[in-house]
Amino acid sequence: MLDKKSSFNGSESIASLVFLILGIVNIAFVLLICIYLIIAGLPAIKEIGIIDFLFGTRWASTATEPEFGILPFILTSIYGTAGAIVIGLPLGFFSAVYLAKFANKKVRTTIEPLIDLLAGIPSVVYGFVGMLVLVPAIQVIFNLPDGASLFAAIIVLAIMILPSIIKISITSLEAVPNEYELGSLALGANEIETCFRVTVKAAKSGIAAAVVLGVGRAIGEAMAVMMVAGNAANMPSLFESVRFLTTAVASEMSYSSGLQRDALFSIALVLFVFIMLINATLNMLLKRGGKR
Amino acid sequence: MTEQVKDNVIFDVKDFNLYYGSNHALHNINMQIYKNAITALIGPSGCGKSTFIKTLNRMNDLIPSVRLEGSIKYKGQEIVNSDINVYDLRKEVGMVFQKPNPFPMSIYDNIAYGPRTHGIKNKSVLNEIVEKSLTDAAIFDELKDRLKDSALSLSGGQQQRLCIARALAVKPDVLLMDEPTSALDPISTSKIEELVLKLKEEYTIVIVTHNMQQAVRISDTTAFFLLGDLIECDKTDTIFSEPKDKRTEDYITGRFG
Amino acid sequence: MLNTASNAASRKLYKNFMRGCMLLCVSLTIALVFFLIAYILFRSIPYFSIDILTTKPSYLRGTIGVLPDILNTIYLVLTAIVIVLPLGVGAAIYLTEYANSPKLVKVIEYAVETLAGIPSIIYGLVGMLFFCQFLGFQTSLLAGSLTLVIMNIPIIIRTTQESLKTVPQGYREGSFGLGAAKFYMIRTVVLPCCIDGIVTGCILATGRMLGESAALLFTAGFAHTLNGYFDGITSSGATLTVALYVYAKEQGEFEVAFVIAAILLILCFITNYLSQYLANRMRNAHNPQGQR
Repeated sequence: MLDKKSSFNGSESIASLVFLILGIVNIAFVLLICIYLIIAGLPAIKEIGIIDFLFGTRWASTATEPEFGILPFILTSIYGTAGAIVIGLPLGFFSAVYLAKFANKKVRTTIEPLIDLLAGIPSVVYGFVGMLVLVPAIQVIFNLPDGASLFAAIIVLAIMILPSIIKISITSLEAVPNEYELGSLALGANEIETCFRVTVKAAKSGIAAAVVLGVGRAIGEAMAVMMVAGNAANMPSLFESVRFLTTAVASEMSYSSGLQRDALFSIALVLFVFIMLINATLNMLLKRGGKR
Repeated sequence: MTEQVKDNVIFDVKDFNLYYGSNHALHNINMQIYKNAITALIGPSGCGKSTFIKTLNRMNDLIPSVRLEGSIKYKGQEIVNSDINVYDLRKEVGMVFQKPNPFPMSIYDNIAYGPRTHGIKNKSVLNEIVEKSLTDAAIFDELKDRLKDSALSLSGGQQQRLCIARALAVKPDVLLMDEPTSALDPISTSKIEELVLKLKEEYTIVIVTHNMQQAVRISDTTAFFLLGDLIECDKTDTIFSEPKDKRTEDYITGRFG
Repeated sequence: MLNTASNAASRKLYKNFMRGCMLLCVSLTIALVFFLIAYILFRSIPYFSIDILTTKPSYLRGTIGVLPDILNTIYLVLTAIVIVLPLGVGAAIYLTEYANSPKLVKVIEYAVETLAGIPSIIYGLVGMLFFCQFLGFQTSLLAGSLTLVIMNIPIIIRTTQESLKTVPQGYREGSFGLGAAKFYMIRTVVLPCCIDGIVTGCILATGRMLGESAALLFTAGFAHTLNGYFDGITSSGATLTVALYVYAKEQGEFEVAFVIAAILLILCFITNYLSQYLANRMRNAHNPQGQR
């Protein structure tokens, strides 16, 4: 009558197997990406030598005596990202505090969709507007021969990371228990003091996570940067044409071959390592924030 | 002529009404709160006692729909609908909440938060205030070696005494306590009660409590609230031995609530 | 002693300074959004015409039309959504309904987080190596679609998981109590409850796919030929974003670039509006139960 096996009829066991596979497929995707990057990226590093590759200051991939030093790209990516954070963080942080704690409901429901829109605009559109507005403006203001520069890239990146900094900061500010604020107000602190000395302090790991996420976005962005940074393989300098890790890969890939092509994969591998480190930091911060 | 303010009256409440939007939450409250005494506010949940205590340091300002009528004088100064500096008022009229709410910072920074807010930056002065406040809150000996630890690592009872110390650090005159022991175990509760009795020598204390035994144990005056009315306010001994109102008697003998 | 006049003044200064910072940053952010929208829309209006929207580029007549790019985008997104939907929803169902090994769940979730953090240029490279070269799809919309599939699995998984979690446990118990088997229960009770969440995930993914460019550069290609679906999907084709990049950066054709930017912006409006509408609907639908 009650056959133990009957609950495991055909379609049920097939379904659970299929779902299991669909879950595991994701691990396979990550492994696929890692393995491909390593297989494609290691040969050039081996041939060039890891020290020469990472710390070489000259990139001349198509010269008769080619050189493959990617230090300019690494430093450009780091400076560019740092610059974007320096500009984007205060802008995003203060906006988030205002929206989360001081804006009335109507103001907030008007502004938040605009922030979402900012998040949804494709990066080529940012690059395009940057190219037509920002680059000429920089050229005129700073009296440069060409406005396509690290500075232009920093500003575009700062704008692009703004929405994620704002959204994550808002979420973490709102997660701060109201009791903290009441405690501070009851001691005679005003609303602004309470907000910046208690609420923000309590939300700091969430805000740090927002920054790290912004770093990840900025360091991985390719197209917008390619359109405004000029793409010359210079050592980074604020008002000079520069090339990021991402744009180094993108700008030469279509006509590359041989060792040059392999070296581009190696750059992608370096970028991937950076991203993995950033993601690990992000996870750690989110877990720490989640504990409370 | 201006009416004479008796020296020992800290709060003088006259015909005080409070509305949440259209909801009339407190009706014509009249009472006086005396200096260096413990006044207990009792009554069933929803009777308005917590609402009332939050009016005394204007914490109700934070709820947008609240409307006040009548008069409450703090040391002769009108605090209802007047343009007094609420931040100064809250400094003088400190508050301890139902659930211990230490800030997520070190023990030291918790205590130093208030003084720093009010402009004390000098390290040695701060050290002194922190030590004095913790000593007054009878928790210094337990915590003196771990002032740099997070306040969130303390037990519930310790957290609540820390919150009391934090309130004392800004040198208030009055301490409002909104059911300060309702989230604590019996041992922590009795420690807090001991502390409150000791603090009475220096401070005026208003305490909201659910627990009638607690009111009997510690308070000098008891006010009984019911559905937004102040039914009776008298010496604690009188209220609990010969209440004048039938409803008070019903409540303290446990017929409802 | 606590309340000297100078302290009151410095507190006031702090308060006003912080308030000023917040208002300044919010205004800047809003101004930025309005500037971007206004700039793109106003500059593009003169160039909009029936011709540009309904033709392909013609060297003979020297005209440019964006119809092939629009069609390519539609083919690409449709294909990717059709594939990513079962993969993502299935993985989410595994994670929330089937998984009985917390360790495996952790690994899969970590993998999904990792996928979400990888920059698109790296997807582009791996997609090129794996789909175009290893699997022999050449540079084609299909290769581009498959790359987008891997990129967008995390979004679908996350939104599906979130809405699966809002299905009250009682529904499941009720169904089991009637003797229903698991897959039957999921099909008939759980999935219908979270259809809104899944649709939201699709819209978010569509939004991201519409804006993606770096991952498509080397996988989907640059061609502007007018094709039907089956020819289109197997041949190289530029999406709107890639076309915008090529026209603006490499060919200097700003008129058509503005038209594409405006189209992308409008699509971004639409996807944002739809996802917000659905999110609100879900919140309203779940609140009555959530209140309990």
